[in-house]
Amino acid sequence: MKLIFERSVPGRGQKIFPSCDVEVKLPDVPMRASAPRLPEISENELDRHYTALAKEARGVNDGFYPLGSCTMKYNPYVNEAIANQKGFTDIHPLQPADTVEGCTEVIDTLEKYLCEITGMDHMTFQPAAGAQGEFTGLLTIKAYFRDKGDLNRNEIIIPDSAHGTNPASAAMAGFKVVEIKSNEKGMIDLDDLKSKLSDKTAGLMLTNPNTVGIFDENITEITRLVHEAGGLCYYDGANLNAVIGIVRPGDIGFDIIHLNLHKTFSTPHGGGGPGSGPCGCKDFLRDFLPGERAVGTGADAHYEHALKSIGSLTAFHGNFLIMVRALSYLQINGGDGIPELAHNAVLNANYIMEKLKDIYPMAYDRICMHEFVMGLEKFHKEDNVSALDVAKALLDFGIHPPTMYFPLIVDEALMVEPTETETRETLDNAIAAFRQIYEEIVKAPAAVTASPQTTPIKRLDEVLAARHPVLRYNFEQ
Amino acid sequence: MIDPKELKYSKSHEWVRVEGDEAYIGITDHAQESLGDLVFINLPEVDDELTVDEPFGDIESVKAVSDIIAPISGVVVEVNEDLIDEPEKINEEPYEAWIVKVANFDGVDDLLDASEYDTFVEEEEDE
Repeated sequence: MKLIFERSVPGRGQKIFPSCDVEVKLPDVPMRASAPRLPEISENELDRHYTALAKEARGVNDGFYPLGSCTMKYNPYVNEAIANQKGFTDIHPLQPADTVEGCTEVIDTLEKYLCEITGMDHMTFQPAAGAQGEFTGLLTIKAYFRDKGDLNRNEIIIPDSAHGTNPASAAMAGFKVVEIKSNEKGMIDLDDLKSKLSDKTAGLMLTNPNTVGIFDENITEITRLVHEAGGLCYYDGANLNAVIGIVRPGDIGFDIIHLNLHKTFSTPHGGGGPGSGPCGCKDFLRDFLPGERAVGTGADAHYEHALKSIGSLTAFHGNFLIMVRALSYLQINGGDGIPELAHNAVLNANYIMEKLKDIYPMAYDRICMHEFVMGLEKFHKEDNVSALDVAKALLDFGIHPPTMYFPLIVDEALMVEPTETETRETLDNAIAAFRQIYEEIVKAPAAVTASPQTTPIKRLDEVLAARHPVLRYNFEQ
Repeated sequence: MIDPKELKYSKSHEWVRVEGDEAYIGITDHAQESLGDLVFINLPEVDDELTVDEPFGDIESVKAVSDIIAPISGVVVEVNEDLIDEPEKINEEPYEAWIVKVANFDGVDDLLDASEYDTFVEEEEDE
């Protein structure tokens, strides 16, 4: 496929604006000497270019997308219909609160619902993504200890199965990251945790269920130990889909959390989203929350600044229209529907795992939560077929690959998360695809390592792309 | 590849070659083999201090990013800047492609010799 620059022909640009009919007077400031080399292309050609690009892209609307820990669930159109109403779109964040009562009610209601679901007391919607939610939470923990005059606590404890964003956010917030090991069951090694807790512990960051799809059964013991040592407990809500409506982080000892509206709450994920990673906390952390928060409804609606706020992370209230979609999702599912989402997410993951575990080695042989991890070290050693090869082979079956080579504690990992929005038939098709790939691994591994064959672009040279990326168009060539 | 007898090894898969008052540090053949094709390396700077068992750099393959753990303590006197443009040299010649050279080092005696390291790798693989 041609790049847009390769389609460009000098002089073939479009005239959208009429020529300027007033005299142009520019101030005497340095100006660029030559015009930028923008592509010149007719509207028709431009349209075809982007349509062709769209056809080569792949989304959850094209087929099964079991990308582990990303919760690529279907995004209902009703969310779009509601979020596209003029009352939500034709507004400005600087309007007085009493002229946008409907919008402040959305924020207020969503905060109440999400607090009810998570057992938190307050929530800020400023963070525009999960990692920014983590960063918000960590800065809040830091501000809390600083306010108490406890400047000694500069360590955040994170298990080795954590998402990479956890240690990255902790380091960004100025903490020292202390890693703790997982045991053979995929849960936190309690002895290792005890040995790392001290008067330097600011907190523990934990995803539960964790990235190997296992709910840590010792969770109340873990949060108790951290609290006893004087630290706070942070809940990474990346995997909330497994327990939503069933377990509340606030009830099992967590003080501060973030959620991913673009995962658990069916707002667009990938392709720019935009994301939303609200950060929720218990009442004692309220004074440190960022930015201004919309509080109250109707005539009581107003914006509130936290007294010892950590500052702002994004402008105004975060990605507001994403919040509208999440609220729509919650109201449509209702109090009975929400736990059912989790039940079905867990059921679907276990269904696939059970149907594959006779031939695909599972990293942990036990009932999983919303996702499970295979460890394909055996195929790699015996048949020279890697997890990457299996992921590529799935493309030929119209299936988006699972998450690869993560978590790091499992060799040749493939992490599969089907979500609750897939039908039994889709799951059966995926199981059949995995089984057929296994047949090929045994009989004709070259076919697997040569896949994909049916995609617009076949196997990419990822090493060359990573070592010598071509990131700009060379006009001279 | 056979792990050279004259080098010392850590359980986190780094090697150390002592030359007089200085020591070279790299990652083992087993380490590069497990990581796969390397595409990026993040090096420390001259005068940085290494502490045993603490990361002093990181290395990225197409699969993942991994810490490089200091097998000995010491002060960095030189870094192999060729690796910035050509991290693949570590894949090609792991025992030639040193990462840092350190002085005032300590802890070499606690490291494994080649046969102990080979046994350690075998045991780790069997787990």
